[in-house]
Amino acid sequence: MELFELTAHELGDLIRKRQIDARELTESVLERLEAVEDRVRAYLTLTPELAREMAKASSESESPLAGIPVAVKDNFCTKGILTTCASKILHNFVPIYDATVVTRAKEAKLPFVGKTNMDEFAMGSSTENSGFRPTSNPWDLGRVPGGSSGGTAAAVAAGEAILGFGSDTGGSIRQPASFCGVVGLKPTYGRVSRYGLVAFASSLDQIGPITKDVTDCALLLNLISGHDRLDSTSADLPVPDFTQALNPSLDGLTIGVPAEFLGLGTEEEVKQSIGAAIKVLESAGAVCEETSLPHVEYALPCYYLIAPAEASSNLARYDGVKYGYRSPNAKNEVLDMYQTTRREGFGAEVKRRIMLGTYALSAGYYDAYYLKALKVRTLIKQDFDIAFQRFDALICPTSPTTAFRIGEKTDDPLQMYLSDVCTIPVNLAGIPAISIPCGFDRKGLPIGLQIMGKPFDESTLLRAAYGFEQRTDYHLRRPTL
Amino acid sequence: MALTPEDVRTIGWLARLKLTEEERRNLARQLGQILEHFEHLQQLDTESAVPTSHPLPLTNVFREDVALPSVPQEEVLANAPEHDDRNFIVPRIVE
Repeated sequence: MELFELTAHELGDLIRKRQIDARELTESVLERLEAVEDRVRAYLTLTPELAREMAKASSESESPLAGIPVAVKDNFCTKGILTTCASKILHNFVPIYDATVVTRAKEAKLPFVGKTNMDEFAMGSSTENSGFRPTSNPWDLGRVPGGSSGGTAAAVAAGEAILGFGSDTGGSIRQPASFCGVVGLKPTYGRVSRYGLVAFASSLDQIGPITKDVTDCALLLNLISGHDRLDSTSADLPVPDFTQALNPSLDGLTIGVPAEFLGLGTEEEVKQSIGAAIKVLESAGAVCEETSLPHVEYALPCYYLIAPAEASSNLARYDGVKYGYRSPNAKNEVLDMYQTTRREGFGAEVKRRIMLGTYALSAGYYDAYYLKALKVRTLIKQDFDIAFQRFDALICPTSPTTAFRIGEKTDDPLQMYLSDVCTIPVNLAGIPAISIPCGFDRKGLPIGLQIMGKPFDESTLLRAAYGFEQRTDYHLRRPTL
Repeated sequence: MALTPEDVRTIGWLARLKLTEEERRNLARQLGQILEHFEHLQQLDTESAVPTSHPLPLTNVFREDVALPSVPQEEVLANAPEHDDRNFIVPRIVE
């Protein structure tokens, strides 16, 4: 086995036993990248010199992840390194500070391989909305890696990084993790600082890990969790050691299976795989029972009013004044400069969502759309509260389908939105959820199992995920490239 | 909910997006379809539901009123498309 194929915890052990050197590991990942990146196209910016420098310095750190190469989504501010959000409007933006998560990864000496591709401003489910180029799924290069953190998920799956950071507003960590056969976790809203994450929808956005297995996920979550005075919405709560939750026995764990999620256009093979996953969880000691989240069918419209409304406000800052692109084609007049810059700088999906959000917030429509959606959000949240009085966790597919073909859904925004129908309710409720590999379809494409938990109870998610993982081998398979 | 290209022009103005005629036509159709798909939200009884604008029960978050270091002006200006030593430069604002 090559070093780039191993997990972070395996590699960390080898480094601590001095069987390998962190510099060898970074070279292995960079060589792998050299061999496959022209086909996968996971990255927008590569930082091999920085990675080598950080690998060299990794012996100074006590972190269990010191020296483990990491991929960072391109909507994380990285001081002195281009940060584009895959948008033409930020094509030349070089941040003057680091996101808090980036600072923590630097202090722990995780070598930075580069900044990964994404849907523009994290709006999309396939990474095809990137303003620069699409990314391919390492399991089938003609298919999408999911999105919006498709670059990070593809990089981790292809061995072009050992660990990765994504952001998740409606499924953008979990759905690409599912499509690429890796593990992705969206923490509870407030668990991880959003300082320096370029804002899309501030009441929904959350940073999280994308990794090869559940143990790596717990280790990376340990690194990034906790209160940050620079993000007033980060929760001032104690952070447990998440690796303590990794117990192969699920004795006494109660798991609810909401019936609604299996009806949402879910493919037969995905349903079968979830059925088989329930049996595995039961064999580990869990008690699984059908339940209901009656308002979850309203989650998609609710989300597509709230997220665009928040985005229309957050993206007002891109006006060609303080940073980024300014159109040379505008009249010498400030309003024309704003409008022309924004027309030329934003891609079609971003414009669609800005328009939808502006409409939902505009006079005469605010009550019928935005306020209505906020009330429906309460009902969805209450459904979860009630379910969690009975169950420790809930499960469903991460996405109704496996990875679709590049170009298959680009002309139909609604079809694209439906890809996140199982992940969106989680963001609306603010709860944590993880996607883990739970099977492959006949085409050889990975299927993901989503496990959802109570607020700030990532430990139970990780326990259930680990209990499943220890009894299956889906997480050990690697794509052939 | 049908939207006309004229509605789209108004929303575009509010969003400071200058749209071509083709974009206006496409957006009128696509936004109309999306809103139509969302119509069933209106049937749901939300009379007794309090709006949730944020997932955490946070109110005001205070800190000590102590000055902390801020970013030097030249760094703040470095990413601007046009600037001088102290200012962002923009096109004409008033007649």
